[in-house]
Amino acid sequence: MSILVYTENWDGKFKKLSFELVSYAAAIAKEMGLDLTALSIGNVADDELNKLGNYGASKILKVENDKFNSLDNKALSKAVVAAAENVGAKIVVFAHNNLGKALAPRVSVKLNAGLVSGVTELPSSTSPFVVKKKVFTGKAFANVKVDAENVVLTFAQNSYEIVETGGSAAVEAFDPQVGDADFSTVVNETNKITGKVLLNDAEIVVSGGRGMKSGDNWGGLEELADLLNAGMACSRPVSDEGWRSHDEHVGQTGKIIAPNLYFAFGISGAIQHLGGVSSSKVIVAINKDPEAPIFEAADYGIVGDVFKVIPQLIEGVKEM
Amino acid sequence: MNFELTEEQLMIKEAARDYAQRELIQDVLERDEKGIFPTKHIKNLADLGFMGMMVDPEYGGSGMDTISYVLALEELSKIDASTAVIISINNSLVCYGLNRFGTEEQKRKYLVPLASGQIIGAFLLSEPEAGSDASQQHTTAVDMGDHYIINGTKNWISNANSASTYLVIAQTNPEKKHKGINAFIVEKDSPGITLGPHEDKMGMRSSDTHSVMFSDVKVPKENRIGEDGFGFKFAMMILEAGRIGIASQALGIAQGAMERSVAYAKERKAFGKTLAKHQAIAFKIADMAVKIENARNLCLKAAWLKDNHMPITVASAMAKQYAADIAMEVTTEAVQIHGGYGYVKEYHVERLMREAKLTQIYEGTSEVQKIVVSRDLLKD
Amino acid sequence: MKILVLISNVPDTTTKIRFTGDNTAFDAAGVQWIINPWDELALTRAMELKEAGGVEKITVANVGEKITEATLRKALAVGADDAIRIDAPAKDAFFVASQLSKIAGDYDLILAGIEASDYNGNAVGGMLAELLDYNSVSAVSGINMDGDKFVINREIDGGSQVLSVTGPLVAIVQKGIAKEPRIPAMRGIMMARKKPLNVVEAVDAHEKTSFVNFELPPPKAACKMVDEENAKELITLLHEEAKVL
Repeated sequence: MSILVYTENWDGKFKKLSFELVSYAAAIAKEMGLDLTALSIGNVADDELNKLGNYGASKILKVENDKFNSLDNKALSKAVVAAAENVGAKIVVFAHNNLGKALAPRVSVKLNAGLVSGVTELPSSTSPFVVKKKVFTGKAFANVKVDAENVVLTFAQNSYEIVETGGSAAVEAFDPQVGDADFSTVVNETNKITGKVLLNDAEIVVSGGRGMKSGDNWGGLEELADLLNAGMACSRPVSDEGWRSHDEHVGQTGKIIAPNLYFAFGISGAIQHLGGVSSSKVIVAINKDPEAPIFEAADYGIVGDVFKVIPQLIEGVKEM
Repeated sequence: MNFELTEEQLMIKEAARDYAQRELIQDVLERDEKGIFPTKHIKNLADLGFMGMMVDPEYGGSGMDTISYVLALEELSKIDASTAVIISINNSLVCYGLNRFGTEEQKRKYLVPLASGQIIGAFLLSEPEAGSDASQQHTTAVDMGDHYIINGTKNWISNANSASTYLVIAQTNPEKKHKGINAFIVEKDSPGITLGPHEDKMGMRSSDTHSVMFSDVKVPKENRIGEDGFGFKFAMMILEAGRIGIASQALGIAQGAMERSVAYAKERKAFGKTLAKHQAIAFKIADMAVKIENARNLCLKAAWLKDNHMPITVASAMAKQYAADIAMEVTTEAVQIHGGYGYVKEYHVERLMREAKLTQIYEGTSEVQKIVVSRDLLKD
Repeated sequence: MKILVLISNVPDTTTKIRFTGDNTAFDAAGVQWIINPWDELALTRAMELKEAGGVEKITVANVGEKITEATLRKALAVGADDAIRIDAPAKDAFFVASQLSKIAGDYDLILAGIEASDYNGNAVGGMLAELLDYNSVSAVSGINMDGDKFVINREIDGGSQVLSVTGPLVAIVQKGIAKEPRIPAMRGIMMARKKPLNVVEAVDAHEKTSFVNFELPPPKAACKMVDEENAKELITLLHEEAKVL
């Protein structure tokens, strides 16, 4: 018996998220006395795969079949189910990202499992299985009990410490036997975001709101983000106005993020915005209105003109 | 007795709220500052059915009741009373008048485009010599057989420039006094009509107000509303229904000011605690709430009477006088609660205060409403 | 083509979250219920597709008790042609998906929101696709029809893609699918009561998860203020005190 963790790759490489995810799954496996198998679908070199051993995976199932590149949800979930059955998985863990959210519900039905999505902690009990997740878009947490023979989890990034075990894993090629009929997604075009830090991966996020006044004043924030290797984000009015692209919108109806450090420049902090960023470890608010609700949520704040503050912060970072 | 709103009424309230809080709020400050007419919003609100709310769908309207109308105007006025007054005039004066008293031909030709919001209407009663005293008309409409010739000047006309269709009150038989007055449908682009300059108003600055001059304006006979001499009665009946619209607008202004005050009082700190925790402020808010609830009940009662075809003269006058007066009180207190912030435009409450003032003046001043109420009580 | 839009009834997004019964249940007292924001966008997109031609019918469906009918009627007012309410409390995602699978078989396209804003399950759309053995595409930010195919914009981790997928399909949609939720016009509001709202008996299904209890996040410490003229100090604090730089 085993736990299966699905580790996605990006152009053949894993990310910090992958290691955090494996560390999390390994901790559950240890608690329950189970093995941890990682499933990798795609072309990943063995030495990259071996890295997963260092975070607690004892075995790696490697599926190399270009047909899966289309990320067809039906075919991919069949592959995960085949792998889960192959290793007798009681628990399957995905990342709580686009692909994980797409596959986990399908896999849970196939495996007769209870699904808990967006989990933020290790289970408080493994029999019965009880685990904590975010609800009401981060405004509360729920402890969820699974009443089924198996468990499927999606794990919310940035909520568990990476643990290096020094272990190693055996890599095994695996053919999940998914037939051509199960592939019906044709990819016409792929646009990868290049040259900037992805919001979901970013440990630091620099975000601007209506207080940025127009779409032309973002040079300072971009420079600051560059210096900090931070992701760029914005509040809803900003993306609605077309000052910044929609994929930078964070908030209840945009992206939900949980970086270590979130800078809110000229964002008043409507409850819908806070829903998307409240899980950040440290929130910094810069706003000219001392009454802005963002200060209620912030750890550090400056009441003042964002355009006066930004150059000073840039200078401060350069001196650091 | 049942205070519950129907699902439809709640949906209309929500639709008005969503439009106001999502769209009207975006440019309300700019339109107020520069006196810009909300062309885009009026088109959108027309598509949603707000321009002829109580007109039968057969004539391009939405077929709603007056209760829904009160709810919608309150929600719109919370954010933008200027846009609300444009809608109010179109609905409760122009469309209401044509729907109730127009001929089938008049309805087909004028009510359908007005109620569906393709065009806007205006109501031309006030004159330089007298505000809302409909019995004193210096504007004349001389009967020429198959048409009338109108001469004179109308003042303080809301929607004067944006409207295509005017309802004009004018004197045909001065010797018959108010029984010689007629009401006419006049197309704004008729030869002989000129507009005075845009009035630079204190508030409601996004609605366009002008004087309108008539110089030998020819109006076909079939554009007269009702029998010869019906004009005064027509104007009175329309005004009493129209008061419900202005009362609801005043109610919305007050409610908007209170909501902003509540939010501000919960956030703003003074002497180590939020304003909300200072009894002086908390009590001001309680006073606001009671007044607003009274005003709302008066508005809904008048609407209910109208929907049930009962007399509304006194009820609508009470609603208008009370709602307008408390709107002035509530917005003044809202500015006070906001302190310095209340006196700057960004915080909206100073605008609401300027808007509230007009609700005490137009479509019958608060004093005129008191005349209506007292006359009814004191008559022999 | 027929479209089914799944509707969740959720507390208004500005609701102050509270719990009752020793934190075992959400406190619904005084809560204003709305259509789940993503479902509302899905319905708006369905309407746009219908107006562009080629869609014969839009049905909205939810699993819930009678109180949720107001939400369905709002969806009818926005423009759906008919509504189905499966008469049972929405116990968990699997229970809901199992119920919906009994009525969803006739539709070419099923639109589901990426999650409900209350319990953030991210589950019903995918589970329903699996129960129906349909394909699914998640994180959909755009959908168009091209003959018998759907052309879909989907967000992936690190970018976006344009896909062609044949139906029947479950599209799990998010921000971008429609610009803004549509406000119902008064005509629509008046017609809503005349449109069919069919109440269907629930089938036997077992939930697989349940809530033990809820917690609110711990209260935040007061915000530490730095002077505007001395903003550099903030960088020092973040570096030395908070240790996040």
